[in-house]
Amino acid sequence: MMDHTLRVLLGVAALLLAGLPFMPQWLAFLITLALARGLVVLGLVLLMRTGLVSFGQGLYYCLGAYAAALLDHAAGIHDAALMLLAALLVPVVVALVLGLLLASYRGIFFAMLSLAFSMIVFGLLIKTSALGSSDGFNVATRSIFGIAIADGYNGRVFMAATVILSGIAAGALHHYLNSHLGRLSAAIRDNELRVEYLGASVRNVVHLNYVIAAALGGIGGGLTALAVGHIDPDMAYWTTSGEFVFVAVLSGTGNVLAPFFGSVIFEAIRTLANQYAPNIWQMTLGLAMLAIIMFLPAGLWALFRRKTRAA
Amino acid sequence: MSDLLAVVIDGIIYSSWLFIMAAGLTLIYGVMKILNIAHGSLYALGAYLSASLVGWWLAGGHDPYGSYAMLAAAALLVGLVMGPLLERGLLRLMYGRDEVVLLLITYAVFLILEDVIKLVWGVDSLYVSQPYDLLGNFDIGELSYPVYNVVLVGSAVVTGAAIAWALHSTRHGKMLLAVIHDREVSGAMGVNVDRVYLVTFTVGTMLAAIGGAVTAPTLAVSAGMGVEVIVLSFAVVVIGGLGSLGGAALGALIVGLVRSAAVHYWPAVELFSVYSVMAMVLIARPKGLFSTAEARRI
Amino acid sequence: MSAILEAQGLSKSFGAVIAAADINVSVARDSVTGLIGSNGAGKTTFINMVTGYMKPGAGTIRFDGHDITPFTPRRITQLGIARSFQVPQLFNSLAVRDNLLAAVGIVAAAATRWAHGAITRERAGAVTDEMLGRFGLDAYRDKPAGVLPEGVRKLLDIAMALVVKPRILLLDEPTSGVSADEKFGIMDVVMSAVKSDRVTVMFVEHDMDIVNRYAQRVLAFYDGRIIADGAPATVLKDDEVRKYVIGEQLHVAR
Repeated sequence: MMDHTLRVLLGVAALLLAGLPFMPQWLAFLITLALARGLVVLGLVLLMRTGLVSFGQGLYYCLGAYAAALLDHAAGIHDAALMLLAALLVPVVVALVLGLLLASYRGIFFAMLSLAFSMIVFGLLIKTSALGSSDGFNVATRSIFGIAIADGYNGRVFMAATVILSGIAAGALHHYLNSHLGRLSAAIRDNELRVEYLGASVRNVVHLNYVIAAALGGIGGGLTALAVGHIDPDMAYWTTSGEFVFVAVLSGTGNVLAPFFGSVIFEAIRTLANQYAPNIWQMTLGLAMLAIIMFLPAGLWALFRRKTRAA
Repeated sequence: MSDLLAVVIDGIIYSSWLFIMAAGLTLIYGVMKILNIAHGSLYALGAYLSASLVGWWLAGGHDPYGSYAMLAAAALLVGLVMGPLLERGLLRLMYGRDEVVLLLITYAVFLILEDVIKLVWGVDSLYVSQPYDLLGNFDIGELSYPVYNVVLVGSAVVTGAAIAWALHSTRHGKMLLAVIHDREVSGAMGVNVDRVYLVTFTVGTMLAAIGGAVTAPTLAVSAGMGVEVIVLSFAVVVIGGLGSLGGAALGALIVGLVRSAAVHYWPAVELFSVYSVMAMVLIARPKGLFSTAEARRI
Repeated sequence: MSAILEAQGLSKSFGAVIAAADINVSVARDSVTGLIGSNGAGKTTFINMVTGYMKPGAGTIRFDGHDITPFTPRRITQLGIARSFQVPQLFNSLAVRDNLLAAVGIVAAAATRWAHGAITRERAGAVTDEMLGRFGLDAYRDKPAGVLPEGVRKLLDIAMALVVKPRILLLDEPTSGVSADEKFGIMDVVMSAVKSDRVTVMFVEHDMDIVNRYAQRVLAFYDGRIIADGAPATVLKDDEVRKYVIGEQLHVAR
């Protein structure tokens, strides 16, 4: 029972995996990074579907990356599977706690509080010399699920892992969004009061979605850490979170595949900009964002439908 | 004892600076319901322009005491140019949109201004410490403080008093307060809401620029200085209650003292301590210390 | 038989505005009560307090003998008191069917906890479609709730309230904003929908024809107090009610 989205998803995933052995390293790397970051944006899209814009997903992206990296750096574990598991669990635990506070907030409060928490972690990491301060540290992976990774194959293994994990996440989220909870999330975005008056707890759904988004952010961070081989506190800096928001705005929230396509486009343009015009990168982003907001409302579909005052 | 005194004095100095920043932010939010992320880059603009003007002034061999006038001029210029430019040129087109969409718009403006600053002033840091050094130091017990910091505290107090007076004692100020309470009804009563918006945004911009101008002599004016400012100002405004000037003052005092204590005793948790306080205030009073009443929805 | 809903000494004020001053009401099971009063008299405040949206300054509210005064709207809905809104509270971007499906889904998801197995997950779609039919909403099933005409919005609003199979249904101005020729239609649909389920109904209305036709008992509010309480014919002829609520010129045909 496969709908259109799932079919496209499987098709693209199969294509990427089939093309893996023939792909140049730089392309595999770009795709890996784009998909990993796309995962973070996927979580953000879920939150936006619920009516919340988080300016701090970088927090979980960073926590996931550091959790994975610390297994190598501090615990001597070099297995990708275990590292990714840590990248999933640590953000989830943090989100379970932080969500208790954040689930009470909406609108700009939620946005700025989420930004604040990511900046706190950034501040703590910068000042912690044991973790390399602002330089961060390197990550070395030697095996996955116990199987040693041959030299030079790291890139391909990580890309495969990323494609598979992204595919699973996108498929799962697609199912979730079409389920009762997914519908309820959209209902919450439209009218929280009514949801409470129907006997459901808005808070619980918001908290749940927040944790799911954190989990996705964490896995994205973990995959990035493995693929790049290096992590640093900038992953929690507000600019990183801002970029996730930008991609979410660009892709819109209509479909689980959108964040990944948007992310690939973004990474491609970023690579070009870094080559030819690094000093106007932020300006370009800003102008593009204004243009999308003004002329491409389809990309902002979810934001426009947020809870309104009693009409 | 002198340790505690140092914490308090540093805290008050820091609070003054925070207040100037937070006042503009909370005013703009209170009236226009826009949380202006670009406030940070307007602060940076104020700092950069101050640095340039002071540098030009001193290079021209003019009286060093005139450099203070340059600081004021920079703030005025940024406010009077950027305020109307942003409000009329961009924000006006977007009123009525969802508050988060407006937030994204101010974020986009922030990104653009950051690079504009880089294009105009380059990526190197600027130093204009003369206005700071000029006034020398004075002693409180064993502690020595630059007189400049007194100027800073003084500016904050004067600014706060001036705004409070303008809001409560002038006709235009009262209209502004009315718009903060209810924009639609104010408009229906004949208040020129468009003009109130323009004035508010310009004043808010000027306040950000003043913050930047008075800060410029005390540190290295560099790219990215606007970022931490926004995050801290937001904490202050949230603690005090969005739209409340008194709240901004109290919030600035609290954050200033807490941060000062953190810096003195446990520097690693500087930002963490500020946000912990914010979280605690929010848990106790979700809308901040002073918040305006809201009309019933159903 | 004991009252299903009892309010004792309910008071609520907002600064100098007294929205409720010592309200005492006892509502009989399965009865239909009309609440009338001019704007600001305290009718919606009463509903807001009964459903937990507002906490009274003083007084208690009992549902089937249990004190529900401190409960939240969510808890009170779960216990069996549902309400519709003066301004319909819908999910504007969702289709009409999805609006109802969301409500049905909540009850289905809560099957064992508080909904007493009223609707199972498998039956959710079927129940939704049945309700769409019962309320005459079939023609609009795929339209977003935000573009509907007011009368349809009101019906959807009430339909959603009925999904939880409440024992008490509070309707806040069910026919306001609806054209004159549609008013009776809406009330007929609603009243027949509740007839089979033994629901106690209380509705706020400004249209005295509606009050006369459907209410067995009328409570007239003025300035936070109940100034008259009785059969429609009696209340609508009451001097004070004529003075403060409906006006001297009104002649209500029976």
